[in-house]
Parts: sequence; structure tokens; C-alpha cells
Amino acid sequence: MEVKTSRGNLIMNTATMAYRNLLRTFHNPDRFMDVIIQPVMFMLMFGYLFGGAIAGNVQNYLPTIVPGILIQTMLSASSGSGEQIREDLDSGVFDRFKSLPMAHIAPLAGQLFADILRLVIAAVVSLTTGYLMGWRPAAGLGWVVVVGLLAVFTGWAISWIFALLGLLAKNASTVSSFSLIVMLALSFLSNAFIPINTLSKTMKVIAYMNPITYVITAIRQILATGSWTHEAVLVLIFGIGIVAVFAPLTVWAYNRNN
Amino acid sequence: MKTVNAIEVNHLTKEFGNKTAVDDISFDVKQGEVFGLLGPNGAGKTTTLRMITTLLKSSGGSVKIFGHDTAKEGRLARSMFGLTGQYASVDEDISARENLMIFARLNGLSRAASKQRTQELLTEFSLVNSADKSLKDFSGGMRRRLDLAVSLITRPALIFLDEPTTGLDPRTRTQMWETIRKLVAQGSTIVLTTQYLDEADQLADRIAVIDHGKLVKIGTPEELKKQIGGTKLNFTIDKAAQMTIAVQLMTKQLGESINQTGQRLSAVLNNISQLAPLLDTLQRSKIAISDLTVQEPSLDDVFMNLTVGKN
Repeated sequence: MEVKTSRGNLIMNTATMAYRNLLRTFHNPDRFMDVIIQPVMFMLMFGYLFGGAIAGNVQNYLPTIVPGILIQTMLSASSGSGEQIREDLDSGVFDRFKSLPMAHIAPLAGQLFADILRLVIAAVVSLTTGYLMGWRPAAGLGWVVVVGLLAVFTGWAISWIFALLGLLAKNASTVSSFSLIVMLALSFLSNAFIPINTLSKTMKVIAYMNPITYVITAIRQILATGSWTHEAVLVLIFGIGIVAVFAPLTVWAYNRNN
Repeated sequence: MKTVNAIEVNHLTKEFGNKTAVDDISFDVKQGEVFGLLGPNGAGKTTTLRMITTLLKSSGGSVKIFGHDTAKEGRLARSMFGLTGQYASVDEDISARENLMIFARLNGLSRAASKQRTQELLTEFSLVNSADKSLKDFSGGMRRRLDLAVSLITRPALIFLDEPTTGLDPRTRTQMWETIRKLVAQGSTIVLTTQYLDEADQLADRIAVIDHGKLVKIGTPEELKKQIGGTKLNFTIDKAAQMTIAVQLMTKQLGESINQTGQRLSAVLNNISQLAPLLDTLQRSKIAISDLTVQEPSLDDVFMNLTVGKN
């Protein structure tokens, strides 16, 4: 009898699971479509439709809308985690994972690591579309990279929330429709597309209660000033805070499910 | 030295809310044995199997795999068996080779060992030509084969098969049976669930009949069939006037009670070899019959017989 007593190598198992998720994505390029088509479409539509009305012309609107759509795209890319996790849990494959002598948490960890790639692609597509439309931030390329990384980190932190949702929800379509509503509400009820001072009093309160507003403000400031601002530090702390709160909750829900 | 049982199930119970899905089930499976869990849909077969294989927490009772309590030594127990679930538990989106590679790696094999084992299994299960195709183009039989191949990566001594042939066409079903027999010949212990009596009959050394979450009966296929009462014989007597004499002859020959509905007679044969002499007797007495049917016991009969008056 050959008995493989795995030492439960969490890192190895997680790497294998992340590799599996990437393979699945590459075999199904349509899994990428939402993070590629959506930012391009929104950038073009909003830019050319509302640019004139909101900022006088498209060029003047770009510094407002590029960070806005960048973060909106991060939100929708991160919501994919929950959907994927629910789909996996509902499929027969997950039973197999559970019956293997592997690190118990590896399927979840692998998913969240593989998601980073989705977020990076989404960020690159958003920023490149902006560039092609004529967006030239004063801070220069270096700061654009910093902003991209900050956005990816924020998106990754938020994907823990969606992962929790995926674990608690009944099925994938519930996760998907709920995620869409959350994404739309968070991105539109913020300063993503409009200067906040144009809003009515009530709307201003709502927009200021929305954490996404602060993320977008921080990114605009970095790009305008070319420096690591006070707000950017807050965004980083906010992201770390989300992970600190939601990672244990997600792991708890995951263990409870199993 | 006393050999340890492959599986020991003691008072295993599962409650979902108020409903008891598995009710105090106990049985042992010896090493090298093929053990069948037989029951209709919803009887609790899969729930039982899921608890044994640590996929589902039990509400009560214990399971030991090769002497290791699954509640205390889960990972060790898991390393000793392979599981093929009821629904293809392979990744649809990636190829057969990638599936095998990933599961080999997750089982703790090195990259080189994984590669080698993948190639071996692809060959053994005749999947080499489709190894790099998407699973979406796979037939049901190919998928089951891959599924089984994945369960065998670590050459486990104990293999669980949850309804291995449900949904397969007759030809693929026979192929699957052959594959299972090969595993048995190699010395594996196999636990399979099925809703087909003939499948359990073909493959299993011992069968546990499960109904409404309870273990109704456990025994060899022969013992089980004896309990059910053998083969059912039905025919119609063409001339009503010959009814009495026909019943007399049959009673004498079979020694069993004969059921009569109009001109239709039915009886139970303890052995199929009773059939020819009976037909011969009827013919010699010039009793013409028609609509003859001979029915092997079906699963329905098993349950009618085993669960009568119990629910």
C-alpha cells in the first residue's frame, strides 16, 4: 500500500490551485472579457458622451474619468472572485479537492491569488484606454504605475468581501446579480464620473459616505501632484483593514461550509 | 496478525434539520472486498458515502479507514483512498492531462512523478489520443474514465465509486465494469453505490441494502436474492376449464403458493431450473398457455420484500 503523507504544504498547494485557476481562464478567454471590454466601453462612452457636458471637452474630462473607471473596473473584476468560488463549490470538482490530503484552505487561497492577474489586466486596460484617448497625467509614468498598483491592491482587498459573499450565497447567479448592483451603486454614487460639488446636499452626503470616493480622490491627487499624499496612505490602511477583517471572516465561512 | 478492516462504520447518523437522512448505520468492509451500497434514489447512499469519505460531517457515529478515525486523523485517512463522485469531479475547462497533472501535484507528487503518473494513467485508460482536448468534447464514458483515473493517481488501496455507471450507455457500462474488475484483480478494496441490483450482483461480494436512511439488510448477492424469493413466473391459461388442474400441477411441482388472477397465474421459482420441467408437465397434460414471462427479481422487489411492514 502506497500512502502519500503530504506535509500539507500550503504554499505548494496554493500555487497549484492558482495555476489551475489561471489555466481555466486561459482555456476560456471569455472569462477575461468583462475586465477588458467593460473598461474600454465605459471609457469611450462616458468620455465622448459626457466629456463636453461635464468638463467642457473630452480632454478636460479625462483626469476625472480615468481614475473613476479604473476603480469601477477594479470593483467589477474583484466581484468575479465570489462568483468563481460559488461555481467551484457547486461543482463536483470541489468534492475531489476536499477528499485530497492537501492543505484545506488551498482552493480558496489559490482563487484569490489567481484573481490578482485579472485585476492587473483590468488596470492595464483601463489606463491604456485613457492614454489612447489623450490622457497625459502630470505626474508621469512612474506614478501611473504606483496608482495602478494601489488600485490592484484595493481591488484585491475588496475581492475578499466578494469571496465571503460567494461562500454565503445560495448560487452563482445570486452572487453575480448582487455583485452587479453593488458595483453600480458604489461606482455611480461617488465622485467617479462627476465633480462632487455639482451634487445636491443629500447626494453629497451619500457620495462622502462612499469609501470609493476617497479611493478615487487619492488617485487623482497622486496623479495631479506626483507625490504620495495623506489620502493615499488612508486608502492603503483602508485596504489593509478590509483584508484584516474579511480574510478571517472568509476563512471562517469557508471552513464552516466544509 | 489480525488484519485491520478497510472500513469500520459505527452507528453513523446524519440529520438535516428534522430529517434523518442516515439512521444509525453500521458495517465493516474487509480488505480486498467489493462492497455495494444498494438503494433507490434518496435512500441515503451518497450521504453515507460522503460521510465515510470526510466530505460531510456526521451528526453521530464514527468511521475508521484502515484503523484511522476520520474525525481525528482526517488527512491521513484521506491519503488512503480515492474517490469518484456521482457527478464528474474533474475540471471541465481544462484538458485530461492538465486535470491529472494538477491532481497529482495536489496529492503531493513531485513534478516529475506527476508527469510520469499522468502518462501511465492516460495510457491505462485509453485517453492518450484525447489527452490535450477540452473535456467539453468528451463523451460520458471518457469523462468517467478520466474521473476514475484521477482517483487512482496515488494507487490507493481503497476506492470509492459513487454510482459509477449511472447515465452510461450499456456498452460503456460494461467497459466500466471491466475496469472495476481489473482493479479488484489488482487487490483494491472497492466500495460502490448503485441503484441497480444487477450491477451490485455483477460486482459486489457483499451488498448493504439501504432504504429511508436505514440499513435494511446486509449479505452476499445470493443471500439477498434468496430473501427476495427468486424469479417470478407469469402466464395465462388459454382454457378456463383447465384452471384447477393447472394450479394443482403447479403447486405439486413448485411447492409454493400460486397466485391466480382471472386466467392469469403467477408463481415464484426458487431456481430457474424449475422452469423447464414445469412447462413439460403442462404440455403433457395438454394445458395450453400463452403470454409467458419470466422475471428476475428487480430492485422494486427487493424493497417490497425487505421493507414490508417496516415503514
